[in-house]
Amino acid sequence: MADKNGFFDLSKTTLSRRTALKGLAAGAGLALAPGFVRYSQAQSSAPIKIGFQLHRTGIGAAYGRWYDKTSAAAVKAINDAGGINGRKVELVIEDDGTDPARGAEVVGKFATQHKTDIVFGTLFSHVVIGSAPAAGENKIPYFVVSEGHHVASTKLNRYVFQPGITDVKSQIQSMAPWIAANAGKKVTQIFPDFAFGYDHRDYLPPALKAQGADVIAQIAIPPTESSFTKYFPQIPAETEVIYHVMVGPAVLTFVKELGEFYGSQRPQLFGFMDSLEAVDINSPGLEFLDGSHFWEGSPRYAQADDSAAQKAYRAAVGIDDNGAAVGDPKDISTASHMFGCWETLYVVKKAMEDAGYKGPEDRAKLVEATEALKEFAEGPEHPQGPKSFNGKIHQCFGIQNISKVEGGKLKVVHKTKIEDGLYEPEGDYTTQAL
Amino acid sequence: MHFGPHLLLAALEGLVTSAVLALTALGLSLVFGVMRIVNVAHGEFFMLGAVLAWAVSTAISGHPAIGFVAALVIAPLLVGLVAFLAEWLVLRRLSYNPESTIVATIGMLYIIQQLALTFYGPEARPVEPPFSYRILLPWFGYSGYKLSVVAASALLLVLTWLVLTRTKIGMIMRATQYDRETAQAFGIPVERVYAGVFAIGAMLAAIAAVLIVPISQAHYLMGQDPLLLSFIVVIIGGLGSLRGTVVAAVLIGLSDGIISVFFSPTLAKIIATLVVAMVLVFRPQGLFGSAQR
Repeated sequence: MADKNGFFDLSKTTLSRRTALKGLAAGAGLALAPGFVRYSQAQSSAPIKIGFQLHRTGIGAAYGRWYDKTSAAAVKAINDAGGINGRKVELVIEDDGTDPARGAEVVGKFATQHKTDIVFGTLFSHVVIGSAPAAGENKIPYFVVSEGHHVASTKLNRYVFQPGITDVKSQIQSMAPWIAANAGKKVTQIFPDFAFGYDHRDYLPPALKAQGADVIAQIAIPPTESSFTKYFPQIPAETEVIYHVMVGPAVLTFVKELGEFYGSQRPQLFGFMDSLEAVDINSPGLEFLDGSHFWEGSPRYAQADDSAAQKAYRAAVGIDDNGAAVGDPKDISTASHMFGCWETLYVVKKAMEDAGYKGPEDRAKLVEATEALKEFAEGPEHPQGPKSFNGKIHQCFGIQNISKVEGGKLKVVHKTKIEDGLYEPEGDYTTQAL
Repeated sequence: MHFGPHLLLAALEGLVTSAVLALTALGLSLVFGVMRIVNVAHGEFFMLGAVLAWAVSTAISGHPAIGFVAALVIAPLLVGLVAFLAEWLVLRRLSYNPESTIVATIGMLYIIQQLALTFYGPEARPVEPPFSYRILLPWFGYSGYKLSVVAASALLLVLTWLVLTRTKIGMIMRATQYDRETAQAFGIPVERVYAGVFAIGAMLAAIAAVLIVPISQAHYLMGQDPLLLSFIVVIIGGLGSLRGTVVAAVLIGLSDGIISVFFSPTLAKIIATLVVAMVLVFRPQGLFGSAQR
């Protein structure tokens, strides 16, 4: 095709020396203008920039939208109360497409181009694992809200933290006694065939064994699968409990097809809320879930004994008593995970204040100050509940909720204790060089 | 579960996959065959059909069947209109050049996908099936709706075949496919045929999507798998061959169902890809395609 209008014809552009000089002079004038020196005196008045690695597109997009809302609400609350060390906080958002390769690029972009103080906010475990080396290379603290065990496994690096949400290994360990005592002793596991699913695959069997129960079958399903009935024949007939945890856009199909397969003759069901995050439990086809149990990080439905802090948090984020967006009952939140964004941002605030953080040159100090943290008390900054923090493995430990589906709502029937979920550290990040 | 019922379940699942795949691939094959265009955006027309089905069925209250039937009529028509406009605005301007249209349809893929993300959102949203009857077999339950999808798809395939072989429109399309220049010399408005074929191809994908959406929800990324599988089917079946497309869709769908039930879904994909490679090596025109003239 001919370039009729000469768009690509460089010889036609007339950039004369005079024009160029004019442009340069104007630029220099702007730089010298009074308004421009606002932030150049010191970092003291410039905002603290938090690079937000967001799953805006890709299979994590439904989570991403709520991570965005929750983080924005937390930043607003922090800024309204005076910011961090007297400086405003600003979120710089980059979409990682829920893709590990892109995730690593985004971390690099935050470190070198946006020059953010930290990176924050990743959920999907394969993205965290893919991005962590980039955070280590750029020596930029990387606060994830992922729930996977990879941070606590100490297989990542000293710059990666998970201070806002309990890891899967701890969650499983604290809930196994309840499952064995109340649901059944013969358990079949269904989980996604990637890092997050492997945490469940690896840690549930020993946790149940300790309670006298057994995992009799493990069924791994590719994360992009869209139809599930073909996997169900692998569920042994003697199964007493189906333990399911699925992620991604097809979760509703998964639960519906399970219902079609079993009807009312189903084994007990124990699911991770991940199987239904951002999905209305009253969707057509989900009636058979009535009476089944779910893990919830933070309850989706308002509970009778909610603390004032929990109520304030729900109001700030904008979710109603059913866990849906205020004003749009069909827009269901990802309540079990997104609280971690709120709490992580407050941990960052605490650590930056402890470290007397001024700017990127203090990143090592920030890492050490975060590692020195021990406990987070329940309250407006930690509405999900109290947590303990292990600075050696960069992981927090909190309470877990087990909820029952009753009359189209989820009602918390059991809360675990922090001690139930503690385990021997598998390593020590603090021995690594900064 | 015993071998018999296990195989039955695998075959049922495979049939549902085949039915939807046959319709989608047929759309791709028609466009490929008549226009010689590789439509990379085909999967997005599929997605658009599902998303519009959600929009239509939520806008209409009353019994879910009313909303579904309305979606089955309105969604494909809207998708056809979009495809018609895309053909007129983009493909025609490129004089249907094979290389340029690939790039253009890749662009269309991203535009449609991102528009869906912007206006529809990242969630997977369900559409209620027109009826929910659970067929109770002695060994397991099965969705009655899924079986009706197979029947509906078979009916549509027969209908398409009748249109292509028994009507004047079909004859014009086949003439254009056989030899574009001669057809033009005989007074066939080739450009109008192209626009129509492109729209019909997209509509077939949209119908398949409306049928499948009560089973698996509408999501803005759902077009990728059908696109890939459709290409596999079209290559195995032979370009522009209706019979080849249907046979290949049943073959791929059933083998996918059975292999993934008894072995693993990954193995099913490996075998499908291997079959494509073998077909390309030993019978490049596809199982039922005619050799290049």
